[in-house]
Amino acid sequence: MKRRHALRALTGILRREMLRTLRQRGRLLSAIIRPLVWLAIFAAGFRSVLGLSITPPYQTYVLYEVYVVPGLAAMMLLFHAMASSLAMVYDREMGSMRLLLTAPLPRWYLLAARLLASVIVSLPLVYLFLLIARYWDVRPPVLGYLAMFPALVLSGLMLGAFGLLVSSISTQMENFAGVMNFVIFPTFFASTALYPIWRLAEAGPVLAMIAAWNPFSSAVELIRFALYLRFDPVSALVVLACLVGFFLAAVVGYDPGRGLWSRRGGEG
Amino acid sequence: MQVVIPILLSVLIIAGPAAAETIYVSNEQDNTVAVVEGASMSLSTAINVGRRPRGMALSVDRKLLFVAVGDDNRIDIVDLAKRQVTGQLPSGVDPEFFVVHPDGKRLFVANENDNLVSVVDIASAKVIGTVDVGVEPEGMAVSADGHYVACTSETTSMVHLIDAGTLDLVDNLLVDTRPRAASFSPDGKQLWVSSEIRGTVTVFDTTSRAEAGKVQFEVPGIRREGVQAVGIEMTRDGATAYVALGPANRIAEVDTRTLAVRRLYLVGQRPWHVALSDDQKRLVSANGNSGDISFIDLEDEAVVKSVPVGRGPWGVVIGP
Repeated sequence: MKRRHALRALTGILRREMLRTLRQRGRLLSAIIRPLVWLAIFAAGFRSVLGLSITPPYQTYVLYEVYVVPGLAAMMLLFHAMASSLAMVYDREMGSMRLLLTAPLPRWYLLAARLLASVIVSLPLVYLFLLIARYWDVRPPVLGYLAMFPALVLSGLMLGAFGLLVSSISTQMENFAGVMNFVIFPTFFASTALYPIWRLAEAGPVLAMIAAWNPFSSAVELIRFALYLRFDPVSALVVLACLVGFFLAAVVGYDPGRGLWSRRGGEG
Repeated sequence: MQVVIPILLSVLIIAGPAAAETIYVSNEQDNTVAVVEGASMSLSTAINVGRRPRGMALSVDRKLLFVAVGDDNRIDIVDLAKRQVTGQLPSGVDPEFFVVHPDGKRLFVANENDNLVSVVDIASAKVIGTVDVGVEPEGMAVSADGHYVACTSETTSMVHLIDAGTLDLVDNLLVDTRPRAASFSPDGKQLWVSSEIRGTVTVFDTTSRAEAGKVQFEVPGIRREGVQAVGIEMTRDGATAYVALGPANRIAEVDTRTLAVRRLYLVGQRPWHVALSDDQKRLVSANGNSGDISFIDLEDEAVVKSVPVGRGPWGVVIGP
């Protein structure tokens, strides 16, 4: 793998991903509307739900709107990762990804490039959402926006790798409702995106335990801490470990020779 | 580099006064005055005082802190350098709140159970006079020129104007139910009185003694009964007033010209009193039910930190 060759492939993949995202106006619009609906309507009803406690990294009492914004930013990454993994299935079946995988570059590299490209195109929307959230008085320190960039990239990569894994082992991922029900909703709801652990513990210790072990919670907390200029090492480690784990599994899954792809009855 | 150094220096100079300040909080249920460092916003120690400390005020030279200890029927004198009680003053029965007269020699104390305002001479440690007021006097204020002292009586729902020189009761003005705190505007032209039950602040013109306006508070998502006005603090330029809204867990920022609420700050539970820093850039609220104080950065318009200080924080004073 020559460096120039690899770089050209990366920019090519990035460009393709960007063009495709820009062309999908509906998806772009829904990606930004979705968290805003949560913030403006859902969060409004829970405004004072956190008025009784101080949850790190916050140093004082916060309104629910303030609490939920990092979770919604992570939700944007999650939805984007899943939509992107679905596109991957389509690509794989209709040809462009298949063609890409025949390029004289390692498979892991192509998948990683694809993953990185997908995360990068999703970030401007996340920042747009955070900017709009200032209207709801969600005003983290300005440097926090910068500090959260690596957290967003790392979390985005982890969720993207998870999406790759899901798409590599599933036969019927064309069905978005299935992904919503079985992947996105449980991941999102059983996490610290919407409620802090102590609030979930009130509902039941099992739910709190699931949320604590949910890697999506770690992504949310990593982003939340970074936005308030703090580093959460445990979350960072969990996200990094999950990224490596999911990615390796996805690479195996994408290997037509020995992965699950071939076992699915030569449909690929 | 030549540009950077002056900028750094000016930052240090600007940061100087804020860094030097100390916040004193009376913990009603702990019988202590918590000492919080202004720069680090962290609790450094607690000074033991008499039982049920509530109202507090600095001496004019800012070296002593007077603390009304209601259940011990006296006022404790805390030496701020030594951080301990070094003396006591008589106060009459159950002192709740008091003011230091600008002459630096006298305290005007509200005696909640005796329907009196006691005047205490600091040097001789003697009560040198009393003024009869309404039932359950609580809030106290003194005008900047030292001419008038105002006292609110909770049960009578009145504010009483006292001539500080002759100790005559000059006027009694009806206000909304259960008045708590009073504050003169820095120019002495207005008197603000908060009503706990109505959740309003009534503004009086001190010359005509007529009502000049009323501040109403609304907190989204909180029923009207939950919005109660208590402590008031006005900026030195008189342009802004901060009002603690008790069980609404908010501090309201009020434009004193239009009487409109500019914004609400979410703080801990049941803030009683608020205090402005010397540079007027920071506000601190004492939150009675959550046992902490909240720091509000007024330049950033944001609550930056809440620090646990003890049980039942009530009064708050910012000193050197």
